[in-house]
Amino acid sequence: MNDLRVENLHVAIGDQQIVRGLSLAVPRGEVHAIMGPNGSGKSTLAKVMAGHPDYQVTKGKITMDGEDVLGIEPDDRARKGLFLAFQYPSEIPGVTIANFLRAALQSRLPEGEELEATEYYAKLYEKMELLGMDRSFTSRAVNEGFSGGEKKRTEILQLAMLEPKYAVLDETDSGLDIDALKIVARGVNMMRGPGLGILLITHYQRLLNYIVPDHVHVMVAGRIVRSGGKELALELEERGYDWARESAGEMAVTR
Amino acid sequence: MKPETKAVDIDRNKGDFHYKVDYAKDAGSGLSEKTIQYISDAKDDPDWVREFRLRGLKTFLEKPLPTHWASKDLEAIDFDKIRYYLASGDAAKRTWEEVPEDIKRTFERLGIPEQERKFLAGVEAQFDSEAVYSNIKKAVGEQGVIFVGSTEGLKHHPEIFRKWFGKVIPIADNKFSALNAAVFSGGSFIYVPPGVKVKHPLQAYFRINAENFGQFERTLIIADEGSEVTYMEGCTAPKFETTTLHSAVVELVALKGAKIQYITVQNWSANVFNLVTKRGLAHEDSEIKWIDCNIGSRLTMKYPGVVLKGRKSRGEVLSIALAGNGQHQDTGAKMIHAADETTSNIISKSISVGTGRATYRGLVHVPKHLKHCKNNTECDALLINATSRTDTYPAITVRGTGNAVQHEASVSQVSAEQIFYMQQRGLSEAQAMSLSVNGFVNDLVRQFPMEYSVELKRLIELEMEGSVG
Repeated sequence: MNDLRVENLHVAIGDQQIVRGLSLAVPRGEVHAIMGPNGSGKSTLAKVMAGHPDYQVTKGKITMDGEDVLGIEPDDRARKGLFLAFQYPSEIPGVTIANFLRAALQSRLPEGEELEATEYYAKLYEKMELLGMDRSFTSRAVNEGFSGGEKKRTEILQLAMLEPKYAVLDETDSGLDIDALKIVARGVNMMRGPGLGILLITHYQRLLNYIVPDHVHVMVAGRIVRSGGKELALELEERGYDWARESAGEMAVTR
Repeated sequence: MKPETKAVDIDRNKGDFHYKVDYAKDAGSGLSEKTIQYISDAKDDPDWVREFRLRGLKTFLEKPLPTHWASKDLEAIDFDKIRYYLASGDAAKRTWEEVPEDIKRTFERLGIPEQERKFLAGVEAQFDSEAVYSNIKKAVGEQGVIFVGSTEGLKHHPEIFRKWFGKVIPIADNKFSALNAAVFSGGSFIYVPPGVKVKHPLQAYFRINAENFGQFERTLIIADEGSEVTYMEGCTAPKFETTTLHSAVVELVALKGAKIQYITVQNWSANVFNLVTKRGLAHEDSEIKWIDCNIGSRLTMKYPGVVLKGRKSRGEVLSIALAGNGQHQDTGAKMIHAADETTSNIISKSISVGTGRATYRGLVHVPKHLKHCKNNTECDALLINATSRTDTYPAITVRGTGNAVQHEASVSQVSAEQIFYMQQRGLSEAQAMSLSVNGFVNDLVRQFPMEYSVELKRLIELEMEGSVG
């Protein structure tokens, strides 16, 4: 089964249950969006998928192309083809974008094999050009002193370079002005295709005007309460999250 | 874009081997006047050297261990168990073919002859107490450059040697400089004639092979007026159960307008006490630069210094220390301003991993009567784990007006979020750590000669892999 699949997932931090029985499947070649209000557990879901050590999966499973991923380390998940574009990417002082991406690509090669430098730079420059990034960017330290827009663009550059099977984009639109949003959306759209499944996590409908999803899911209080086509996003925009909460019935009320 | 060069590598574990060697000369264990007489006889010392050694011994025995300010771990050194002199009894060879097979294979395994062919102007290879190989490229020798072992230097070039020997670092400077004075053997003597600029580095490689051994090389470098020289030293030892002592003394003299660059990349195993005294004397308009990379050892105490004796002289210490699990890197720098318009620069970066501890001690001294002196000190510490430790002890005494001093210090920590971020891109935890560490030292390493920066990066990677496990 070629999909990124979450089944009846329950996640806690300490005593607090954050995700409560969430199920979802993103097949390769499709773009799914998860929308939800603050505190609904969207970012937790993204981090758990990537294997963040602070969260505890108490029940359920996550598989990638049928293979369980919860039992393996974050770096293993990444090398097997899972990419997370972070809402708040970390700074890595002194490590240039070029060196970082090079190390990331090198980690995907079998032992003893060296990344071909000329091809690497050709590809890097090509992707940067498509994302409207200046070449001088490659010699800047990863995310150090970057504006919000630069950080998000750098995340998308990494996505383009690492060519994963599945990409989870966590609030990639937050903090972006309209021009930056368009550039980021263009980058994501460029990568759409049969080989890549994308899960967009967002608070606002705005992003979905530029990256049009195949499916939209509404997440409230740790569960998917509604799923539908791209028109669901517009409906949600019009009616608000309260509508989604109500329509979720007792689920959100009874804890 | 800087092309990646293949590492000229001496990796972290590559040094962990030793061969059984028969020593014709062995002073036995423990230290007494008899030991000194044995060493002087074996080396056929001139009388003044024998006397110098005896004064060293006396001072060593009188001075207490500096445990009132330094680590109590020094008390773990059992001076009675250490072997102070081990040698084959042969003079250093001029070609690798002449070096005895069992010793030659050690240096071949460490890659020394290969490096010599590639980029060095001369090499000296010391095996325990004595140099087994010493050679300088013909063209460099023809310019009048002298590059020999300390024994050969004091015998064949006494007029230059005696003038400066023990003058930059007197016997009684500290307990370990006194110990070195008593039992010194090996190390380099370099003289660069006026105006001669040695293009490629001269290198010495110090290898400890024997257990319970103490290595006490003594290096003296004199750069005559307007000359320039770069010296690099590398060090390794196998991992023994018992402690090994390495206690060198290095004296540099830069005469008017000369430039000396001294580079150390030490990669000691975790049983080595590395207690080294290094100081340079900078005459008018000269420059002395120490590049010091401390990796490995159980305890390192080393504070390279420059005495800025001449007007407009410049001193610089760039240092990197990596304190792994159970290790203590107690390092720093000393800048003694003794003339007007002198400038000094200290940049120190330390990394503590696991239970490792990095200590920075800095001394900057500018007396009242001087004018227009400048010092810049930056020391940055990076902590990898919650159990890692760092301390900073700066001692800055600047008097008078018209002198400028600037001191900056920072401590940062590799965060769990940062590691997770890097892991999400496919790097293992160890790779993520070592990339963070390389990033931390990157701006400093960029100032190092290429061959050494590549080697250093590799050493850091191996050390990090070992400590994350």
